[in-house]
Amino acid sequence: MTDVGITAFGAYLPRLRLQRKAMAQANAWFNPAIMGQGKGERTMANWDEDAVTMSVEAARDALPGGDPFVGRSHVQALYFASTTMPFADRQNAGIVAAALSLPEDIHTADVTGSQRAGVSALIAALEKVKAGGAKTALVASADRRKTRAGSVQEFQFGDGAAALVVGTDRVAAKYLGSHSLSLDFVDHFRGESEEYDYNWEERWIRDEGYTKIVPRAVKGALEKAGVAAASIDHFILPCQFAKLDQQLAAKCGIDAAKVRDNLAATVGECGTAHALLMFAHALEEAKPGQKILVAAFGQGCDAAVFEVTDVIDRARPHKGVKGWLARRKEETNYVKWLAFNGLVEMEKGMRAEKDNKTALTVTYRKRDMLFGLVGGKCEKCGTAQFPRTRICVNPNCRAVDQQKPFSFAELKGKILSWSADYLTYSQDPPAHYGMVTFEEGGRFLSDITDVDIGTIDTGSAMRMVFRIKDFDEKRGFRRYFWKAAPVY
Amino acid sequence: MATGIRDKVAILGMGCSKFGERWDMGAEELMVEAYIEALTDAGIETNQIQAGWFSTHIDEIGVGKGGTPMSVALRLPNVAVTRVENFCAGGSEAFRGAVYAVASGAYDIALALGVEKLKDTGYGGLPTGQPGTLLPQWGANGSAPGNFAQLASAYRAKHGVSKQDLKRAIAHVSVKSHENGAKNPKAHLQKPITEEMALNAPMIAEPLGLFDCCGVSDGAAAAIVTTPEIARAMGKKDIITVKALQLALSNGLESAHNSWDGSYFHTARIASKKAYDEAGIRKPRDEVSMMEVHDCFSITELVTMEDLFISDEGRAVNDVMDGFYDASGKVPCQIDGGLKCFGHPIGASGLRMLYEMYLQLQGRAGARQLKNPKIGLTHNLGGAPSMNVCSVAIIGAHGA
Repeated sequence: MTDVGITAFGAYLPRLRLQRKAMAQANAWFNPAIMGQGKGERTMANWDEDAVTMSVEAARDALPGGDPFVGRSHVQALYFASTTMPFADRQNAGIVAAALSLPEDIHTADVTGSQRAGVSALIAALEKVKAGGAKTALVASADRRKTRAGSVQEFQFGDGAAALVVGTDRVAAKYLGSHSLSLDFVDHFRGESEEYDYNWEERWIRDEGYTKIVPRAVKGALEKAGVAAASIDHFILPCQFAKLDQQLAAKCGIDAAKVRDNLAATVGECGTAHALLMFAHALEEAKPGQKILVAAFGQGCDAAVFEVTDVIDRARPHKGVKGWLARRKEETNYVKWLAFNGLVEMEKGMRAEKDNKTALTVTYRKRDMLFGLVGGKCEKCGTAQFPRTRICVNPNCRAVDQQKPFSFAELKGKILSWSADYLTYSQDPPAHYGMVTFEEGGRFLSDITDVDIGTIDTGSAMRMVFRIKDFDEKRGFRRYFWKAAPVY
Repeated sequence: MATGIRDKVAILGMGCSKFGERWDMGAEELMVEAYIEALTDAGIETNQIQAGWFSTHIDEIGVGKGGTPMSVALRLPNVAVTRVENFCAGGSEAFRGAVYAVASGAYDIALALGVEKLKDTGYGGLPTGQPGTLLPQWGANGSAPGNFAQLASAYRAKHGVSKQDLKRAIAHVSVKSHENGAKNPKAHLQKPITEEMALNAPMIAEPLGLFDCCGVSDGAAAAIVTTPEIARAMGKKDIITVKALQLALSNGLESAHNSWDGSYFHTARIASKKAYDEAGIRKPRDEVSMMEVHDCFSITELVTMEDLFISDEGRAVNDVMDGFYDASGKVPCQIDGGLKCFGHPIGASGLRMLYEMYLQLQGRAGARQLKNPKIGLTHNLGGAPSMNVCSVAIIGAHGA
């Protein structure tokens, strides 16, 4: 029987790392006990990032670079897991698929509703491929959970994403089996139209929830996989109770030393993505023959078992968790955090009153341009250009209707000109933008993100990233497009 | 074979309102202020106006769309009025319409008028626009200063100019314009500034500080044109004629093709060459007496000196610092204060530039009168460096 499993994996962490000490100091007047949380740092999404954009980055980290029309045409299914999807009714997976220029003939689904949705999506993808429903499936998961100012969750959570490619060709981590439990154990919930979670008592969650539910799923998965507990080399369980993961591992017969670092000190818990993020992190270090158990808790528990194969080295991501962890900028401005997360109302000025209504007919007509950063390449003179138009921009060509779709998403750009603009409204002033040129041909005046004043100039190397372009607060819509970000 | 516009049309009269924060006046009243002056200067009555071209840019906060706002405000005798809009170059566009109408022989006397009422937005700077349905979905989130500031980084990189040297040169551009504007009672900003003030002003869009940006003003300007023959028959002396009217528009090359380096205006070079040909000017640095250029931002003026072939490429910084464009220099520029100090009521600016050249050529420029100018050039730009409309007009004494 053909092996089914993980063929590639990737991750994404936003650049900013909010210092918990700064968070604690800002909130101690209200709750002195919060000082105990003031250690380490958490990832902080930029204002223009959400679960969709972070998933796109994680998927890019896992998928081959180069022309997306070539390197991604094999993907036949996409599962997007999150409980902070930007749209309640508009398929979010479809946005991720479009941004990745995945084929339009694809099965896409949003998987949500529980903190274990990431692992649920992974199991669904594995079972689909196993059943022959798709040759290759992509699982992407991300969360940017909203928390009240000064809450413990604000300290414990992080923003981030992970992606896994499931297939049968060159399997790097073979899927051995899984087990799922469904129990309506409401440790927390977020009702319809609510912005924040409502949390029940921690001691109950620990003793009656994790401690009783997780071992059942873990044991079930080991049994189905035919793997002895003692042979697990990496035990993955997102869990905010210190050392509880080790106690539960031991309870299941797994060596407590095999429990993976849950990245609490450096990232924080990234919601549905967290188990997959830890899984990607483990795969970066895993050796052939090692066995990995991935579990996630949430109104029950999902657990799956994998065995690392000897082609693991060929499946490594572009950056991976390690690469993204290394790209970091410390943020100590707690008010900026509040502003980026809508927890404080900043004086935006009249310029922010601009109506950002989006003509959806246009968005659809230009979908490959707007979501995939697809321009054109003139078949007659070879000039790459953005956007794709009917008449070639090359003054010595002017061929009509000769442009074939050409993706700029994975091309390296360079700054020709730039400015840092304090006048135009931006959630993170000054607004940086500039003319970005591509060696392959083509250019456009692009927004620039993830940048500090004085760090870019003409000639700076840039990478294109899929981000939120504007919010339409009046209608609850947001639009996306690509921006340039410094190469790292 | 086209013969061009040189000496075919004369300016019969011109008018210009006081520019500035005209809290007391709407666009309609400003139009009348400029129009009455032009009408008086021309020595005609309203019923002699046979057609009008009306320029205004931002209809959302101005007078709305169409030609009726001008026809109604001026109580024109039910003649043709066409509204023109070509970004900040609309004033020149209105002038072009009226001049061509007279040159064609369709009309004897035509009116061009531009107006903009910007100070009804509630905030400083230009209003934020809605440029269609596609551009907001992908175009960079920028403002006018940020778009023009792009020139600075590309110019520095191309010519190896340091940040400090370029910043000092553009500061001098503004110091010079403030000096000139202080002598102009119609100017929006009439206070001189020092180089230190310009260098230390709050940043608007790197590297442009507050004093690198022009005034956002209310105002109107108007021209009445006819043929030189009619002007003479009306007893006019010192007849000023149109020597050249050129307009060049971007076709997407700058914004989408890698042949443009971002440091200059592709359109300005094309329009100015054509204008010099049309006017019969061979050596612009020697033959142009004075200029009003589109100094929306100091950096725009600096690179434009090269695009008009007055300064050699890469030498504008030196010419600016040497005072070549000062009131006492070889080719005085922005002698009325420019957009920087006279102000920039968008739809009127092209006509305001012509107004100053016209006054100077007739020796009526008061405290800022230059010695015996022969040829005046106006350069009126709309859009942004990577996509724009550029007008170059030249006027001078009839037969010069």
